[in-house]
Order: sequence, then structure tokens, then C-alpha cells
Amino acid sequence: MAYACAMEVEAAERYAELADQMSTHHNREVAELFAKLARIEGKHRDQILAKMGWASPPDTAVFRWETPEGAETTDYGELHYLMQPYHALKLAEHNEQRAAEFFARFAAARLPADVRAAAAEMADEEREHVRLIQEWLARVEPPEAGWDEDPDPPAVAD
Amino acid sequence: MQQTDTPGAVQPPRRDGVSIALAGSGGAGVMTAGNMLLEAAAHAGYYALMTRSSGPQIRGGEAAAMLRIAKQPVHCMEDRFDVLAAVDWENVQRFNAEIPLGASSLIVGDPDQGDPPEVFTRSGAERAQVPLKKLAKSVPEGRANMVLLGTVAALLGLPDEAIAHAVEKTLGKRPAALAPSLAAVAAGRTAADAIERKYLLAAPPAASGPRWLLTGNEAAGYGAIKGGVRFVAAYPITPATELLEWLSPALAEVGGTLVQAEDELASINMVIGGSYGGVPALTATSGPGLSLMIEALGLAVAAEVPLVVVDVMRVGPSTGIPTKSEQGDLNIALHGLHGDAPHLVLAPNSVADCLRTTQWAVQLAEALQAPAIVLSDQFLGQTRAVVDRPAELAAAASRELAAAGAPGYRRYALTASGVSPMAIPGTAGVAYTADGLEHGERGAPSSQATDHFAQLDKRRDKLDAWDYGDGWADLEGDPAAPLAVVTFGSCTGPIREALARAVADGVAARLVSLRLLAPMRAARLAAALEGASRVLVIEQNHSAQLYKYLRAECDLPGRVSSLHRAGALQFHAGEIHRHLLEWSRA
Amino acid sequence: MNEALSTAPVAPASHALAAADYKSDIKPVWCPGCGDFGVVNALAKALAKLGLEPRNVAVVSGIGCSSRIPAYMSSYGFHGVHGRALAAGTGLKIARPDLTVIVTGGDGDGYSIGGNHFLHACRRNVDMTYIVMDNRVYGMTKGQPSPTTEPDWDSKLSPEGTGLREFQPMVIALASGANFIARAFTGDPNGLADVIVQAVQHPGFSFVEVLSPCVTFRPEQKEWKKIVRSDALRPTSDLSRAARRMLRDTGFELGVLYAGERPAYAPRGPRAMRPVTDLEARFEL
Repeated sequence: MAYACAMEVEAAERYAELADQMSTHHNREVAELFAKLARIEGKHRDQILAKMGWASPPDTAVFRWETPEGAETTDYGELHYLMQPYHALKLAEHNEQRAAEFFARFAAARLPADVRAAAAEMADEEREHVRLIQEWLARVEPPEAGWDEDPDPPAVAD
Repeated sequence: MQQTDTPGAVQPPRRDGVSIALAGSGGAGVMTAGNMLLEAAAHAGYYALMTRSSGPQIRGGEAAAMLRIAKQPVHCMEDRFDVLAAVDWENVQRFNAEIPLGASSLIVGDPDQGDPPEVFTRSGAERAQVPLKKLAKSVPEGRANMVLLGTVAALLGLPDEAIAHAVEKTLGKRPAALAPSLAAVAAGRTAADAIERKYLLAAPPAASGPRWLLTGNEAAGYGAIKGGVRFVAAYPITPATELLEWLSPALAEVGGTLVQAEDELASINMVIGGSYGGVPALTATSGPGLSLMIEALGLAVAAEVPLVVVDVMRVGPSTGIPTKSEQGDLNIALHGLHGDAPHLVLAPNSVADCLRTTQWAVQLAEALQAPAIVLSDQFLGQTRAVVDRPAELAAAASRELAAAGAPGYRRYALTASGVSPMAIPGTAGVAYTADGLEHGERGAPSSQATDHFAQLDKRRDKLDAWDYGDGWADLEGDPAAPLAVVTFGSCTGPIREALARAVADGVAARLVSLRLLAPMRAARLAAALEGASRVLVIEQNHSAQLYKYLRAECDLPGRVSSLHRAGALQFHAGEIHRHLLEWSRA
Repeated sequence: MNEALSTAPVAPASHALAAADYKSDIKPVWCPGCGDFGVVNALAKALAKLGLEPRNVAVVSGIGCSSRIPAYMSSYGFHGVHGRALAAGTGLKIARPDLTVIVTGGDGDGYSIGGNHFLHACRRNVDMTYIVMDNRVYGMTKGQPSPTTEPDWDSKLSPEGTGLREFQPMVIALASGANFIARAFTGDPNGLADVIVQAVQHPGFSFVEVLSPCVTFRPEQKEWKKIVRSDALRPTSDLSRAARRMLRDTGFELGVLYAGERPAYAPRGPRAMRPVTDLEARFEL
């Protein structure tokens, strides 16, 4: 459960950061989307805290994941300043998918029964999140060709 | 005081001062003898100056030690040397411009080394011969330079005890050499009996207070420490290296540190880093190094980081003549930074003044959070001088620091004085990022014109508004005289003597020796020159840099002219005196 | 199952400072997708782990995209001129040995104009950490080859590529005396954070070469995450072993190459705290 909580914390922080990046680059739509995702992950975190009776989340730095970062954390390298809401949601979908797989592996592993049960429960929740994202995706336009074309050359700042 | 006069000989009149040049080549030990002569004169109670000149070889080249010994403090060489004494004549003619002689001079040489070069003998100087090598051989382990020292000591009437003290002090680490050296000196003294012409010094002045023997470089080093410097980054360059080498052990004794850098770019940036950390910091260099440091100085201006660079100027441009003096870096010190980057430029005007000016530069840099360039030069830096212990400089304001936790701290706040308190790393709650990028009050980079204008004004106004007191210049001579001389740095020495001579000729003049060159105190200069009908700007560079700077920045009264000459040769009081007289009549 | 995924109960965080405390309120202006975001993240985590107060940490940089980092951290920062960050950091650390000094910059700033200072910083072995964000390009000035750029990379300034052999920072560091040498990747901020913790804790000059993709000028570097190999370098304190390891290096092996035992720089010779006027004895007659 600590891992689950840590995952949500890291995911929430990452989405908030990505929202900042997008707003700095005037991609307001995606910024708002990421901010929303940050809030959602925050809610998940709070749910786990409430369930476990913890006052504050565990230190995320303590955890070592199989993947470079938490299963629900977006890789910085996946961003583009012109990205569309569709892309952001695909990332979110991917994150939730990985989270579901993460817990599914726990649920199938040779571990005490109560741990497996908790993991199974979390896996179900993440799969529910995947479904919600997919619903959201269905309402969003797929990007047009040339979505990443910028007629201006890069600017120099220093 | 021992005299080795021939009984019955006519006693020459005692002299207030004497100038001696010792010369010779490869391994002769001319410099050692010169240093001993200087120490002896100092010990005997005289004031003195010593400069050196040598060929390009690292060792074994031709060398000359030039001394002036006098009853009163002296700041320049005389128009003529009284005595030229050489161990040998190997390529000594290269020094002829630096060792002018006259009919009343004396050339002492070893007959076995051939005749003195014609460039010296055509002066009409008297010639004397002392078989230095033979006499040296007559003493076990005797050396010709020690014999020469003895001869010269006798010519000047310097007491045995003073010479012995000097020899002991120099050879202290090799006591076995002491006896043979003193024996050789004695042999040289005896040989002087045969020389009729003497240059006996008058009795030294009564002791009036503590006196020091030091170079301008050493004085600057001590001034830096007195000003508060405790971190130095060093890269060697002639003629600044000794300043850094003096500082290295000295800093270690007072809790400071010196680190040797890989180049001047590293040293100036290390200084900036150390000062950013709150420790007053300094480096020293010469023209070529200052050129490399210019970019970083701009960074210090923009980020408002205090620091001092001592530029011991040498002949330029480019590699120039590393061992000779010139005042050619004024332009780059004033104007070398790109953009508008006001900063401090100061110049000491005597060996002792190197202490005071460097100390003051540190204090100003710290108080104003700006870089200061101190324009010393090779003449001041490397001349060894006997001086009265310099007066203490009044303690001045230090760096204004930000207190911990100051809410809403703005590193570059627009204050009334233009100086904004600086947060030192380790202080809680006021962390900031210093930046060469233009910035707003909080320090965040800004490309806004309004921020740029405001910060430019701040950086200029903080310097302009400061009360520099009376240190900005030395004002001497007759303040009402119609003739005024303006100068800076080592030209001041011969000008002072020239003015004294002019007064004796009934020509009064006033002298302004600028110590603070930037920011220019135009109003105070105008006040100092008020009523003058002629202003003469004297400087040692080829393009009249100070003259042009003053004409650009100040309203100068009357007719203004320039007396300028490039370096490698110092001005003599006599030539300035002549120029003053001619000009005053023109 | 990876033993890191232990099922032991984990207590809530108890140390005073969290990674977020090390970030300033200034939002980075790097292009979304830039690897440098990972470095800010990792640095913040590392400092939190080390339990260092932000006021006692100074981040010193030169010029370039990655040199913008100091403003994004809540610690003290120094944004100096191009190529001279190591010099400024050296001066700061020697003058203030109580501070933790972290020097940051890019491959252009650090290996080109800063190359000389890099060599001597390794030699000098002052106790500080140097993090280079290597994207194999000059990003800030819009895409010129840097010393670590591949020889055939086409650009306006060097059409057909420079044709020059790439600079080998880890080899140079090893040969010049750096006491700790590692390679990391921004795609693994937690791994990077670990390396930074080790680097800061290791005495002497610690050098961390960080592969940090440039999404704007080297978009192909997105593939890096597929070719890097984590934990491919295991630390040794044996210089020749580390050197032999470098002979097989592809530039994408991650981990700590070398953790040496040279003592960190310290001023040499006798030191004292005497009154300043004692120095006048050197001048007195």
C-alpha cells in the first residue's frame, strides 16, 4: 500500500510539473488537462491515506521501481510543447495501464494472502482508471497531421 | 663611522644623496651586491630606492642594480648616476639609456675586463680601475662582487658595520660564506683608497620613526590583507608574480588562502566565486592577464560582486616588454568592459602608497559591491624602497549584508544609496541566484527595458554617490599657482622633484596626482584646478590616454597640453623641470 | 521479483525537508521533453536525501540551457559566464569549505570553452560535485556541434559533420584525477538522484556525466532510453581497471565507473591565525 501511495504521490507531482511546463509554453488546454490529472491522482493518494490511516505519504525517494520511475509517472521525454489533449490522455492511459499491470504482478506473486488481496483491489482500481481515461479519450479529437509543425525557428535566449 | 681617507687629502663636500649603478654579467652576483648595498644604507639610517634591469636570459645574463641613497625619502631615480661600477662589461651597454652619466660621474671597472663601452665613457666621466677578480682571488672563496661592494661602500662613506650587517643578513643561511665575503669587502674598501673622487654621504637623518624596506608589490599585498582580503587566486605573470608570492604565506598566517589557478580566466572567476561566498578576494596580474579577465569583470559588475584586481602595468601592447614599466592599461581599465559597466579604477603613486591604495580599493569594492582595478606598474611594483612606515588608513565601511530570514528579500533592491544588502551563502531565508544576465530587483533574469534602465542607474549611482573623502587625489604645491600638473601613478615621483626645482627657479605650480581614476571626480578636479591658466597632463604611454580621458570627462581650465612618452624608460625630474620652465614661458 | 519491491511495511516520511523544498518558485523555461527537468527533479531528491539545508548549498553554473538550473533551485545560486563555472565553484568552495558546492552545466560550456578548467578541476580535486547535462549539442545557440557530438552530425556551422573524434569526458576525468566518476541518464531521475547522493558524499572532485536528451535540436535522442544500460558500470577504486573498462565503453553504460581514494584538496603548509600587524615584521628595519 505504501507503494501504491507513493505511486500516486509521484504521479500527482509529475502531472503538476507537466502542467507548469505546458502553461509556460502557452499550451493552455493541455496545461489544464494535466492539472486535472494531478488533482485526480491527488484524490487517489488521499483515498489511500484515509484507508490506511496515515497522516502523510511515505517518502517517495525511498522507493526503487523496476522502471526508472514510478509506474504511474510520466517520462519527461514524452512531452512536446505543441502536444494535444489527445497525446496527454494517451500518456495518462499508458500510466494507468502500467499501474494496473504493476499491481496485477503483485496479485499473482507468491506473497501473503492479504497482500495479494490488497494488490488485486488496487489493480482493479487502476483498471477502472484506464476505463475512465478511455472514455475521456473518446470525447477528444485525435490530432491532425502536422500538429507539431511550427513555422517559427527556435529562438535564442542567452 | 669609519672613513678610509688618505690622510691629508681634500675632503669632498658631503652629499645629501648619491646614485650608484652596479653592473655585470652571468653569475657575477650584481643583484646580490645591490641588495646588500641597499640593506646597508637602510641600516645606516638612509632612505633609498633600488631598481634592477637585466638581459633576457633566465640566468647568467647581463644585469644592473641601480640605487639611489639619500637623507630624505626619494621616489625616482636621479637625472644622472654618480657611480657606475661594473664587475665586467659583457653587454652592459644595453643599459646605457637607464644609466645616464655625466662629467662628474665615476666609472669603476676591472682592468682585466677591458675598457668600459664607449656609450658610457663619452659622458666624460672619470675612470677608476680596481682589479676586482685578482683581489677576489687573493681572499679564499672571495668573489668579485663583494670586492666591488667594498669599493663602493668606501666611495660613499658607508660604515663597516652597516655593510657587515647587510652581508650577514643576506648570507644568514650560509654562515660559512660570511667570513670570505667580509674579507673580500675589506679588500675592496682598501682598493678605494687609490680612487681620488669620492661621493661621501652626509650623516643620515635622526631617526624619526619606524622605517620599512619593501617593494610596491609587497606593500600592495599587505594593503590587501589590511583591507580584509582573505582569498586570493593567483596566476603568475611578470611583474606581478612577487605580489602573489608574498601573499601566499602571509595569507596562511592570518587565516586566509591562496590557490594557484590554471590561467587568468580561472583566477578571476575563482575570485568572483570566493567573493560571492562572502570572503573579500583579490588577484594580481599585468596587461595581458587583465585583457583575459575583462569578461569576468563585467560579470562582477552585473552581479554586483566585490573584488580587486591589481594590474602591475608593464610595457604593451601584447607581450610588450614584461620587465619594463608603462602606464598603458588606463584605456582598458576604464573602458575595456563591454556594455556600460561602471566600476572602480585606482592608482597608487609611490611604493608606500601601494599599501594605502590597495587597502582602500578593497574597502571601496566591499562597500560598493563592485570590482576595483588598481593600476600599479612595474616601477612601483618591483622597486625596493626604504620608506617611513605608512600612516594607518581610517577604517572604512564594509560589505552590507542581508540578515537572515528578511521577508521578501530583494538582492538587487533599488535603494537610496544604490547599494543593496548582499546575502551570503549560509544565511537562511535570503537565498538568491547571482547573475550576469540583466535582472530585476529580486535577481530573476529580465529582458525588460525598465529593469535594465533601473539596474544600470543603480550600478552607476552607487559609485557616483559615494563620499570618497580626500583620498581621490594628492594635491600638492601651490594651490593658487597658474600652472597645474595632472598625473597618476609612478610619474608622480619625478614630478614632485621637478616641482621643487621649479619653485627654486621662481616658478610655482600645483600638482594633482589622481588616485581615484574612476568614477571620475570631475567636480573636485575642477575645484582643484580652478584659476589655473595652463594644465599639463603628464603620463607614461604613447597615446596620451589620461589626457584624452580628462578632456572627455572634465571641463579643464585654460590651455591644456600633454607631456607623454611611452614606457621602458622612466621620466627624470630634470626633463620635466625643463619642460615646465619652457612651457611656463611659452 | 525484484527485491526492491519489498513488502516490508514502510513508515511515513520523517525527515524535515522534502524534495519540493529544494525547488524555487521559478518555472523552468526548458522545452517540454528536455532531459534537464529530470536533473532538477533528481537534484532536489538528492539534496533532500542528504538532509542538507538549502541555505548551505550553492549551485554554480555557466551559460547554456542546463546552466539555468541555479534559478530553479531554492539554494544559493551563481549563474556566471560561459565556461568558467568550475573556476567560480572552486573559488567558492575554497573560500567557504562549509558549503556544499554543486557545479552544473552542459557539454558545450563544460567541455569546450570550459575544457581547460575541467582538466584542472579534476587535478585539483576540491570537494565538490560537477554535473554535466550532455545533450551532444549547443542548444542555447540553436544547434551547433559540441565536443561530444558524433562526427557525422550535419549542422549549419559544420555541414557534413565536424569529422572530429568525440570528446571523452569520463576518460579525461579519469586521467586527470577526478575522485568519483559516474554516468547517469535523465530518463531515470531516481537513479540519477542516487548517483548524485553518492557523488556529493564522496570526498574530492565528483564528476557525473548525465545523458540529457535535447528534444528540440536532437529529437533522435528520444531513442536513448532504449539503448542505455542501467547498472552497467560497477564502481572500482582501481585506476587501471576503470581505464580498461573505458576501452569497452559505448557511451550508454550507466553507473559509477570509479570511486577513488585520493584525499580531497586542502591548503598545504602551516597555517595560523595571527594578528595582521605581525606581518609588518617582514618590512621593519
